[in-house]
Amino acid sequence: MNKNLILYVAILFFGITAPFIFPAFKVQLSILCILIVLALTWNIQGGEMGYNTFGNILFYGLGMYLCASVQVGMFFPLAEWTESGGEKTFVHTPAQFFQGMAVGLVVAAVIPTIVAGLIGYAILGLRGHYFAICTLGLGVAAGEISGGIEIIGAGQGFTTPPFPDVGGLESRGEFFYFLSFGVLVLTFIAVRAIYSTRFKLILNAIRDNEDKAEAMGIQTMKYKIIGWMISAFFCGLAGGIMGGLVGYIDSTDVAFDGREMGVFMVLMAILGGKGTLWGPVIGATVFHIFKEGFWTFFLGWQYVALGVLIVVIVIYFPEGIMGWLREKFPERFGETIDEKDRKAQVELK
Amino acid sequence: MDFMVFQYPMISVQACLDGILLGILFALIAYGMALQWGVMNIINIAQGDLVILGGYIAYFMYLYGIHPAWGVIVAPIIMYFVGVGLYKLVINKVVDRDLFISILATFGISILFMQLMNFAFGADVVLANSGYGTTFLFDSAVVLPNSKIFSAFISILFAICLVIYMKKSKLGRAIRATAQNARAAKILGVDTEKVYAATFGINAALCGVAGALISITFTIHPYMGLPYTIRSFMIVIVAGLGNLPGVALSGMGLGVFEEFADYILGTEFRIGAVFLLLVLILVYRRFKLSRKREYLK
Repeated sequence: MNKNLILYVAILFFGITAPFIFPAFKVQLSILCILIVLALTWNIQGGEMGYNTFGNILFYGLGMYLCASVQVGMFFPLAEWTESGGEKTFVHTPAQFFQGMAVGLVVAAVIPTIVAGLIGYAILGLRGHYFAICTLGLGVAAGEISGGIEIIGAGQGFTTPPFPDVGGLESRGEFFYFLSFGVLVLTFIAVRAIYSTRFKLILNAIRDNEDKAEAMGIQTMKYKIIGWMISAFFCGLAGGIMGGLVGYIDSTDVAFDGREMGVFMVLMAILGGKGTLWGPVIGATVFHIFKEGFWTFFLGWQYVALGVLIVVIVIYFPEGIMGWLREKFPERFGETIDEKDRKAQVELK
Repeated sequence: MDFMVFQYPMISVQACLDGILLGILFALIAYGMALQWGVMNIINIAQGDLVILGGYIAYFMYLYGIHPAWGVIVAPIIMYFVGVGLYKLVINKVVDRDLFISILATFGISILFMQLMNFAFGADVVLANSGYGTTFLFDSAVVLPNSKIFSAFISILFAICLVIYMKKSKLGRAIRATAQNARAAKILGVDTEKVYAATFGINAALCGVAGALISITFTIHPYMGLPYTIRSFMIVIVAGLGNLPGVALSGMGLGVFEEFADYILGTEFRIGAVFLLLVLILVYRRFKLSRKREYLK
């Protein structure tokens, strides 16, 4: 426990000082925080509950659109803002921007949670690959439909309010970094708290054998929906921040980007090791570093690299980094190996 | 929203005929999906991308002055080897594993194919002009391009050939035996590895035929693959595995649905409507089954 405390304090310290140590990478660090949040929340479904979803992107995109719409709609007519052509004459004052952002983030967290509850009731009764394909369909449908709605910019996208001119040039990056880092800390604490309760055991029971879990008297549907709502809450928050950070929302390329973000969150969790607390964090960090390398050095070939990466990780590395570590150093994970077994293993080798 | 379609009955006739001709093509792709799902127990997300690749083969023949209809012969031959190669490289490692692994791995292949096609053929929407002209029915109220009729005819021809092949030939019987019980087939001397490779190759060849026909009748684009995958998945879950008339009928139904969605909601919501229909079908079946405390398997 003591060792863990030192680790957490060190990470927190690093997180707070990071934008000042690496001022050039503020945006990258913010995106990393968002990616970790997405991987952590995906892991609640994919890792702990055994429901491999491609649909968390739905809440992410919904949060993005909601946050930006509220931020604009609170002070200006939304339809005129998103109208194509012409100069934008509306400018948010700093107070308006921050108020709008705050209210927008609350809405971006709450509404996806409700939506997750409703959709979850409808589709969480599906199992295995039917659930996976259904959520894949939901994500793509959301992207296609939002791309046809006029008031949120339809095909030409939605420009989020620009950051107001306060505190010099560096303040935008710092604001978004600390916002996303704050959400990351919040998510990590929440997920860790969840994983230390009976709720996690119930989720694991659902993963291991849902019929038996039901036979034991667990209302599996209720817990599945609650689990999805927790994910949706943080995905919505992450989406809202990402919308402000990118500054531009497009229906299929930024918000409901099943081909990128939707796959990334699955991949990050699997790369790190699903069903562990630290797996998604490690996976997202490694993945982000790799991705930035690919995107910089193989510009244009990044999707080819991504496709190959998916195939390689899924086929050859399904246990992830944490799974590999666990096999290598079982004692670190609190697994004790009987002396006799160890001797037998050594003899076998 | 546009309800013209109900005021002018001829538009409905047009939509129905278009939808049926389109649906026959969907059914051909779905048949390939059902084949590999039944035999190898994998769900291939890259199905649509194989279709588009087949379309580009026909399109290239068109570019080099060969009539694109020959693509119907050439595309399946090339695609058969693409399919077998894909099986040898990737698919053989996911056959015995969890279905989600196959979904994710083929999703990776799908992204890879999309981007490679984008590099190789460019991001333009293209079509291979067959020059077949059009047929006018009911005093020119209904316009049917001959290429659509041609493509429906060829699809039916291929489907019939395949059914006969599966029934009569040695390989076809081996494939059906493996689908019933892979272990027993292995014991009785069927080389299941070869059967799997052939199944995936046949599936890819079917996709190649469908793709060549799509490039003649409609348009192709590197990123248009996923909707075809979703359509064929939808047709298979509605019809069930190994139910060929069901596949044909639900394919036509889907085609008609799409044409009407196109007229009523507008073209920009067409793909969205397809994906929403998938969700609705799954939700409907889930509630129907949950009354009996069962779930989709």
